[in-house]
Amino acid sequence: MFDDFFTRALVTGIGIAIITGPLGCLVIWRRLSYFGDTLAHSALLGVTLAYAFSLNIAFSVFIISAVIALLLLNLQKMTRLAGDSLLGLLAHSTLAIGLVLMGFLSSIRFDIMGLLFGDILSVTVEDIALVWIGGSVILGILYFIWKSLFSATVNFDLASAEGMQPNIYNMIFTLLLAGVIALSIKMIGTLLITGLLIIPAAASRNITNNPKQMVFVAILIGILSVTIGLFTSLELNTSSGPSIIVIAIILFIISLIPLELRGKLQK
Amino acid sequence: MISKNNLLVNLENAGVYKSPKWLIRGVSLEVRRGQIVTLIGPNGSGKTTTAKMVLSILEPDEGSMKRYTDKIAYVPQKINIDWTMPLRVVDFMRLTNNLNDNEVSESLNQTGVEKLFKEQIHGLSGGEFQRVLLARAIAKKPELLVLDEPVQGVDFNGEIDLYNIIKNISANLNCGILLVSHDLHFVMSATDHVVCLNGHICCSGKPSTVIKDKAYIELFGEHRSKTLTYYQHDHDHTHNSDGSVSS
Repeated sequence: MFDDFFTRALVTGIGIAIITGPLGCLVIWRRLSYFGDTLAHSALLGVTLAYAFSLNIAFSVFIISAVIALLLLNLQKMTRLAGDSLLGLLAHSTLAIGLVLMGFLSSIRFDIMGLLFGDILSVTVEDIALVWIGGSVILGILYFIWKSLFSATVNFDLASAEGMQPNIYNMIFTLLLAGVIALSIKMIGTLLITGLLIIPAAASRNITNNPKQMVFVAILIGILSVTIGLFTSLELNTSSGPSIIVIAIILFIISLIPLELRGKLQK
Repeated sequence: MISKNNLLVNLENAGVYKSPKWLIRGVSLEVRRGQIVTLIGPNGSGKTTTAKMVLSILEPDEGSMKRYTDKIAYVPQKINIDWTMPLRVVDFMRLTNNLNDNEVSESLNQTGVEKLFKEQIHGLSGGEFQRVLLARAIAKKPELLVLDEPVQGVDFNGEIDLYNIIKNISANLNCGILLVSHDLHFVMSATDHVVCLNGHICCSGKPSTVIKDKAYIELFGEHRSKTLTYYQHDHDHTHNSDGSVSS
């Protein structure tokens, strides 16, 4: 069944879209778009280390992302620089360190374009297993902590006062985000993962009016983007990651139409 | 695990330091079941900070906070919900609580905003939102309720409404209430214990003793502190939340 590389890519991509839907909603609700981007940039360092020490790529990326997330929390306590400055600092320093280290590993051939933009040809049966098993774990945890995490997203003080322990759940959320980036790096590439997190969620917001609806529609839009995007990439021989994101942004533009119409009707 | 004397929370000589100064120092207060304790004081006097210590949002940097209940509800002073988050009133009501539709309606009804059930939070006026916040807190059936300026942005008659509701909550639920308020009339006529703050406790006690206290008069001005105590609300009719007269 998974003999065909295209089927493998499709099954993996749909798995990823199902995880990025709810996490993407949380990312835009919490204004963490740039945080996702920072984790994705640091993923390059993770990949380099994976090659250097022959580790599993997803595992290595997850560890680096988690370390970066913890570093950020500590930096925020040490300095009064704004969050976006710290994120920029971490994003580009890890990217630079990753690239420099890559130079030292001259004996290994890197597929830089594949790393940056994803590569459907390279998706293996193990990747499918990784995405679906890892994804189920992430979604399972998310389902279990949803109420606490959601209340902390709406208002930290309120959640804290009413015993929802937002600090713990914010931390778990960060780890889940690192997890989804690790799982999807091979498919989408480091530069475009944030797009798959944010664009379907943003499109979904335009046409929904409650949190659960927004999550489900974001998943649907993600699946549509992956499916149409992969077919397009096969037809036109374009990179898989960018093709998926282009379709997502087209769906986003379409999602603006009902919003516009509603605005006009109200006038 | 309520202690015998109905004590819900106890601050002892507590203070919060935020570089480079103390936001509040030396606060001692108690809230018991069935009691309304109010915090008054000028802007920046540490009212909200004190409330946050009671809620363990902030840890005291000196002194101690002991709490004897976990059933807490909170109406924060400010809450901002971004448009990015689609949220109906009913979703907000269930934020930290599992309520069925009937329970949600019932609580919204108590603060006169039942009809807002399916409205988007972003579309509410300031006053409507305060009523929803209060309804959400009531729905939790708390043992300790902390209200940080719960009537801000509410129109004049609505204010009286909400204060009546607050008085009823403390009686009906037999809970303790810690209230931050600017309405000296309500504070002096309806609450059991007043704590007057200005970076520290200026004075505290029963309303009748506080209004005679020198520190209180100094802080709020002689004229205002005296006249307010004699002021009487006289209403021959009441308004519904939409402004219509309900006689």
